[in-house]
Amino acid sequence: MSDSIKSSVNDSRRDFLSKAAVAGTITIAPGILLHRTANAADNVADMNTSVSTRPLDEEVSSKNRWGMLIDTSKCARGCTDCVDACNEENGLVGHGRPESDSQYIRKVTLKDKSTGHELSLPLMCQHCETAPCADVCPTGASFVRADGIALVDKHICIGCRYCMMACPYKARSFVHEDVENQKLTAPRGKGTVESCTMCVTRVDNGGIPACVEACTAENHNAMLFGDLNDPNSPISIELKKHGGKQLRPDLGLNTGVRYQGMNE
Amino acid sequence: MTRFLRLIYVLIGFVLLSHTAVAETPFPTIHEPADESAKCIHPEDDMRRNHMKYILHERDETMHEGIRNEPASLAKCIDCHVTPDDKGEIAGIDSDEHFCNACHEYAAVQIDCFQCHADRPQKYIDRSGHTSSLKQQLQQTLASTKGVNQ
Repeated sequence: MSDSIKSSVNDSRRDFLSKAAVAGTITIAPGILLHRTANAADNVADMNTSVSTRPLDEEVSSKNRWGMLIDTSKCARGCTDCVDACNEENGLVGHGRPESDSQYIRKVTLKDKSTGHELSLPLMCQHCETAPCADVCPTGASFVRADGIALVDKHICIGCRYCMMACPYKARSFVHEDVENQKLTAPRGKGTVESCTMCVTRVDNGGIPACVEACTAENHNAMLFGDLNDPNSPISIELKKHGGKQLRPDLGLNTGVRYQGMNE
Repeated sequence: MTRFLRLIYVLIGFVLLSHTAVAETPFPTIHEPADESAKCIHPEDDMRRNHMKYILHERDETMHEGIRNEPASLAKCIDCHVTPDDKGEIAGIDSDEHFCNACHEYAAVQIDCFQCHADRPQKYIDRSGHTSSLKQQLQQTLASTKGVNQ
């Protein structure tokens, strides 16, 4: 059953994502990859240290821009640790209808048709700087916080789902059913749109998102969270050293989530 | 004189009617907070009248500006006021035993907060056993399907 969920979701997104994967120009030499595996992998746990130090009574500001870097070469096919952690953290409960059940992250498999090479990656809200969801929202419910986290204010969301149509990553879900026993830090209810919040309550309290925490705790070390605006944060240093691609860079959205290892 | 008597009768009628009304609609029972020494952020009469204003204002500051140490917080209301009864059972928002619902039902004011927000402190939600993650549900479904096939 879980396989059929993945394949049905993957089919619809494979086309445009595979274009993104093939169209890239940055080539990471095998040597660099090997070097990184040998040295950097063990340190990712120590590298997830770029966290919020803002006092809780202070407004968020553009001093920070929270982002994630995902190394697809370390992301195993079939592994769903990040997805499980996300579902648990946000109290996402399915109704056996994979087409409409809420998902904040899903695993996507990309295949390069010319070589047959496949890679697996987690796909979630890309936390765009110029977010199409916020652009089209008629009520101002979809917005990008000053520190770069794209959110839905469910108090004013009317459930029109325009943002779901606008999102090029198909990152958003609509809640079709009454919800009970919500998590304290993840309010969600029928008739509103929702998506990855980058675990905003955790981030505000100086933590890291649940998916990154799970990936690191399980020793996969494929996800790195941090402040893109701080040139000395591990994520910025890593991006400067080895680069990181946006999905669909042609859209010019300046996403907060970046991927490595997509063009070897 | 007859007019005066009629007026007296009408007045007596009113008094009787209003008494019946009070008798038929008892005031809601409000459970005391578990920790009786804990102080609310404002006096009781102020909170009764204005709690929705405090929560509404700070909801926007939290949602859009990330300010998370506001004095008024729905989660904190719930933490103090929604507590288990003598039998150790905790009321959900559908019950008139629930702290919020007790008054809201009495006043016939619809309350929408709990369509999205947790209606009980987190520790009781985790313990209630109603929540199961997507993965658990899938595993259960898989297990039941396997049983049918065998």
